[in-house]
Amino acid sequence: PFKRYVEIGRVALVNYGKEYGRLVVIVDVIDQNRALVDAPDMVRCQMNFKRLSLTDITIDIKRVPKKKTLIAAMEAADVKNKWENSSWGRKLIVQKRRASLNDFDRFKLMLAKIKRGGLIRQELAKLKKQNAAC
Amino acid sequence: MAPSQKTAKVCRNPDLICGVGKFSRSKMYHKRGLWAIKAKNGGVFPRHDKKPAEPAAAEKPPKFYPADDVKKPLPNKRKPKPTKLRASITPGTVLIILAGRFKGKRVVFLKQLTSGLLLVTGPFKINGVPLRRVNQSYVIASSTKVVISGLDVEKIDDRYFAKQAEKKKRKGEGEFFEADKQEKNVLPQEKKDDQRTVDAALIKSIEAVPDLKTYLAARFSLKAGMKPHELLF
Repeated sequence: PFKRYVEIGRVALVNYGKEYGRLVVIVDVIDQNRALVDAPDMVRCQMNFKRLSLTDITIDIKRVPKKKTLIAAMEAADVKNKWENSSWGRKLIVQKRRASLNDFDRFKLMLAKIKRGGLIRQELAKLKKQNAAC
Repeated sequence: MAPSQKTAKVCRNPDLICGVGKFSRSKMYHKRGLWAIKAKNGGVFPRHDKKPAEPAAAEKPPKFYPADDVKKPLPNKRKPKPTKLRASITPGTVLIILAGRFKGKRVVFLKQLTSGLLLVTGPFKINGVPLRRVNQSYVIASSTKVVISGLDVEKIDDRYFAKQAEKKKRKGEGEFFEADKQEKNVLPQEKKDDQRTVDAALIKSIEAVPDLKTYLAARFSLKAGMKPHELLF
């Protein structure tokens, strides 16, 4: 029934608080509710599990590694690329891009959507005509 | 009082403790150079006698003395500060007007006038907004900028927009309404020419950017799901 477990080396996404949206690695478990968590550009800190969303990615580390070892292990497991190619990661990237759109960008986006819709409708009309013919 | 060059205030007699200076009276006399002033003036301090006062112009006694004492209002020396322009608004910024008959129109900012209002133009050919003044508070500044170099808006200022003085016609009340209506609506040819010259240069730089012309022609509106506090302009 469960596929993603809390283990040392599990990569998680912070979903609440100051570090919202950051990818972190669980490097130790403190007690039933809290984990020690670390990331290459962050000071190692504790977080409640309720603030973490587990991902599918794990890396191979021992309990509480040094920062250098952690970074090396993340490179070895290629966490960044795995994350950016996963559907969850891609969704977040798109959300961020949409939030950063300018008013002019939103206008251009609207024009592009209309254009795409028009092309699709043209193709559909063609296919309908073919279908009706036979 | 506008001193052209301020010399730093030098303290000739620094305090040792509050009320006690470092130098004695005789030392201070020497430091201040009072001996040199005396020497220049032949051993005496220069005297500045009062000039014989000119007789004040004879005031006529007032025609009217009010029965009760009239209170004088307190003097008000307040000078309003010049309106601060938001850092996001620079010449060439596209602004979104939020109120008035042009609400929702996207418009190009030209300069801030001395009254604090913003001088803005459609351009007229693109969206029907003429050279117009707009208050900063009724405007959203987008981050889109139009290149505005080579545009001469020096001669347009607040007086350009002042109402033409009403001719005194108060006397004839019967024909009053008909005569006035015919004169009001004509826009002087000069203003139309000003609009054209300002817009000519602008339209060239606008057409250089793809889609910018249609962008300025369209009005802004909030659609479903748009949260203004989360939008980036």
